[in-house]
Amino acid sequence: MATEPIAAEAVGKCVDSHGSAIGMPQLCFDWFPNQIFWLVITLVVIFLVLSRVALPRIAAILAERQGTITNDLAAAEDLKAKAVEAEEAYNKALADARAEAQRIAAEARAEIQADLDDAIAKADAEIAAKAAESEKAIAEIRAGALESIQVVAKDVAAELVTALGGKADADAIAGAVEAQLKG
Amino acid sequence: MASETTAAHGAAGAEHAAEGSSLVFHPMDQFIVKPLFGGDTIAWYTPTNVTLWLFFAVLAIIGLLVLSTSKRAIVPTRMQSIAELAYGFIYKMLEDICGKEGVKFFPYVMTLFMFIVTANFLGLIPTSFTTTSHFAVTIPLALAVFLTVTVLGFVKNGAGFLSLFWVSSAPLALRPILAIIELISYFVRPVSHSIRLAGNVMAGHAVIKVFAGFAAIAAISPVSVLAITAMYGLEVLVAFIQAYVFTILTCVYLKDALHPHH
Repeated sequence: MATEPIAAEAVGKCVDSHGSAIGMPQLCFDWFPNQIFWLVITLVVIFLVLSRVALPRIAAILAERQGTITNDLAAAEDLKAKAVEAEEAYNKALADARAEAQRIAAEARAEIQADLDDAIAKADAEIAAKAAESEKAIAEIRAGALESIQVVAKDVAAELVTALGGKADADAIAGAVEAQLKG
Repeated sequence: MASETTAAHGAAGAEHAAEGSSLVFHPMDQFIVKPLFGGDTIAWYTPTNVTLWLFFAVLAIIGLLVLSTSKRAIVPTRMQSIAELAYGFIYKMLEDICGKEGVKFFPYVMTLFMFIVTANFLGLIPTSFTTTSHFAVTIPLALAVFLTVTVLGFVKNGAGFLSLFWVSSAPLALRPILAIIELISYFVRPVSHSIRLAGNVMAGHAVIKVFAGFAAIAAISPVSVLAITAMYGLEVLVAFIQAYVFTILTCVYLKDALHPHH
């Protein structure tokens, strides 16, 4: 093992011959250049990756999401306003329809009422005419009846007088019958 | 030097000789840096297990933040949600602390957070190598923040940046003393910033290894397994919280540079 002394010289200060640490490996200054060199490379790589790729991309994603959320909220607000508007229009249409219906109903009622009034008036007039006619007929009949009664009464009275042996005086009988009838 | 090394080896050898018995603790061995493709020397360019797990961290971050968002879905998938959450989390933190001016440092802060949180969680995979448990990793991170803040502070505010140390709300007599304290605390920042992260991660992992060592004794092993489970749960929390703490402190330091006046 010709390399043994060199190895002991190189590693010996921090690691014993069995490969175990002597003291704190953190304080082995032989290893510092190596660690610092690779650390610097690592940090530079990470910095470049983050500043060139990762961070702008994440920032863009977050901004885009924020934008989407804002847009969606605005759209939702818009739709809500539209819904309110639609509801108002619906209510208005409903109220209009109801008013229209009421108007039509009132009109129909008025028309019917007018027809009815008309019919009633016509019927009343007819009834009145009929009543007047009837009255006239009755009066005629009554007058006819009185005349007939007078005639019959005169005739009967004349016959009676004759039958009793008297002499029928037409004027006297007529006066008597009339006086009786007026009674 | 040579004798010292030999002595160390001797002691280690004695320790290994005792390994015939059941209890073996090597809680720190998990942090050893090894070359990936054999060999003994670790030069600055040698691909090591550090390289491998840093590479995995890069892959994980690309997978999480790039591949998951490739569809750019308005309604996100789970992975895309995580990416967006991470983005929003750090962006909001930075904006809350530093204001609008701080937003241009977002890629930088996001890089720090994503790297630390990913490396911490990758370190929780059994047998993995935890890159963030090493001061060699956390000190450059903290120093980078410290230098950024200091340079930025002077570039943006000129000498006015020094008013950070001059507490104008304190009584005049106290201000020089406070200035010294503020100055010291300012220079201690990178130290605490880096040691907090590495220390937390390292301690948790070492404790899990110690509990795992106890599992070799059959009578204790159920307790040991329970303890490892509990520690692991704690470590999951620590992995996130330390990344969060590192990032939020970075934001606070950046705020000092942008608005140094108390």
